[in-house]
Amino acid sequence: MCQPVIELTGLTKKYGDFTAVNDLNLRINKKDIFGLLGPNGAGKSTTILMMLGLTEPTAGSVKVCGINSTTHPIDVKRIVGYLPEDVGFYDDMTGIENLVYTAQLNGIRKNEAKEKAGQLLERVGLANEGKKKAGKYSRGMRQRLGLADVLIKEPEVIILDEPTSGIDPSGVREFMDLIHQLSSEEGLTVLFSSHHLDQVQQVCNRVGLFCKGKLLADIELTEQQKREHGLDDIYNRYFEGGKDHE
Amino acid sequence: MNRVYHPFWVIVNKEVSDHVRSWRFIILIVIIALTCMGSLYTALTNIGASIKPNDPDNAFLFLKLFTVSDGTLPSFVVFISFLGPLLGIALGFDAINSEQNRGTLSRILSQPIHRDFLINAKFVGALIVIGIMLFALGFLVMGFGLIAIGIPPTAEEFLRMVFFIIVSIFYVAFWLNLSIFFSIQFRQAATSALACVAIWLFFSVFYNMIINLIGKALSPSDFASDYQIVHYQRFMLNLLRFAPSQLFNEATTTLLMPSVRSLGPLTMEQVHGAIPSPLPLGQSLLVVWPQLTGLIAATVICFALSYVSFMRREVRSR
Repeated sequence: MCQPVIELTGLTKKYGDFTAVNDLNLRINKKDIFGLLGPNGAGKSTTILMMLGLTEPTAGSVKVCGINSTTHPIDVKRIVGYLPEDVGFYDDMTGIENLVYTAQLNGIRKNEAKEKAGQLLERVGLANEGKKKAGKYSRGMRQRLGLADVLIKEPEVIILDEPTSGIDPSGVREFMDLIHQLSSEEGLTVLFSSHHLDQVQQVCNRVGLFCKGKLLADIELTEQQKREHGLDDIYNRYFEGGKDHE
Repeated sequence: MNRVYHPFWVIVNKEVSDHVRSWRFIILIVIIALTCMGSLYTALTNIGASIKPNDPDNAFLFLKLFTVSDGTLPSFVVFISFLGPLLGIALGFDAINSEQNRGTLSRILSQPIHRDFLINAKFVGALIVIGIMLFALGFLVMGFGLIAIGIPPTAEEFLRMVFFIIVSIFYVAFWLNLSIFFSIQFRQAATSALACVAIWLFFSVFYNMIINLIGKALSPSDFASDYQIVHYQRFMLNLLRFAPSQLFNEATTTLLMPSVRSLGPLTMEQVHGAIPSPLPLGQSLLVVWPQLTGLIAATVICFALSYVSFMRREVRSR
């Protein structure tokens, strides 16, 4: 298998004078659950877009499983599942139809896709809502449907951009458990971005602290660390430190 | 049912079924079908009066179904040239921006498909719908006409009809592409619809006025030589031809009125000795070839613009 799964070297993205991502170097290994933690506007989403080839870096390179995302986005997107922030579905199609459509875009046969969609809906806890139009789904249900949508192509890496924004606390808890369970059962590498400290430390085994386009720290979290003091002091220390530089 | 479809055709499939089920399309098809029936009715009531002695087009009575009118209601051709743009605009104006606003664009583009698949499929899907609709309407008008006047079309008339429909499809395709381009440019569907309608109105109402103004300013004096007058006429006609509707009208009249020999001014020397007879289909096609090329070129330009703006743009969610 490819090691590391995601490799960013000197990644930079500028919008005019504004630097969204600044000389980012990062390696994410297989089976990691990596949390990108940072305040809004820190460049998390931009980094994720560059990983998928949805926007071009100004400098540096992104490699996913050794494939360059900027020059070969199709090959990357074949193995990466991406759940955008505030994911949208075709409202006039049912949950199952939406999943089948995605599956077909990935070259899966229709019958097979239907079967798989059924299984995945059960897995994310929407077994009874599959025949409902996606327009009638609540925010939390849409997010879970999004997770099923990401999994239907059987990816090796899943990237989730702020997957928990707008879901109530119990929904968040369920969602995070689901991610954790998936990663351990299927051996998936997970990268997700969030600005909620507690959610990140709940499931991640590695955390990257992100601020103003820079990676301030890359911390390995052990079970013991999680139990004892968590990330709070580290977070505070780094973000205080970040302010000092200005 | 259980084949692996190429992702491109998966998207086309979805687009077509979306269009066919949408209210927008049903409303359009009702409007267009009604106007076609109306124009067919006027054509049928006036077709007798339209036959004049020594008219070379008399041999093509059937084609008159599409062009004859008594002035109360426009003919089929005029209706298509008027409603065709509306059809193209209606099917394309929210092609990309609605995906963006629903948050589905970034989800679809994160699937392993080329980016251009999406705009190509949107275009092809709408074009298939338009093509089927125009062919169905054209054949329906032919069928009703056949029942009413009882004279079957000749093979040539039939072919001219088919070419007329194909030209109409090209014409609608131009407007479709223009509206897809605007749907990429503008985030709001309403803005892009308005921009398309503005261009449509400009070409169908204001453009002729502007050309008339220019024409008055440039018109040669009464003492100008023939050469100057011909030159002036050519120049004005070429200005008019920047409007897609002008190209379409020239192409369709030539195809449906076989006696039309030239679309520009002709001198007496050129006409001298010519027998007023209809042109064979091949020759009519040759006459309209530049118009067709112009229409296709305009379509391709819109497509190229859409490509350039879409291929390298950053796709954010919502």
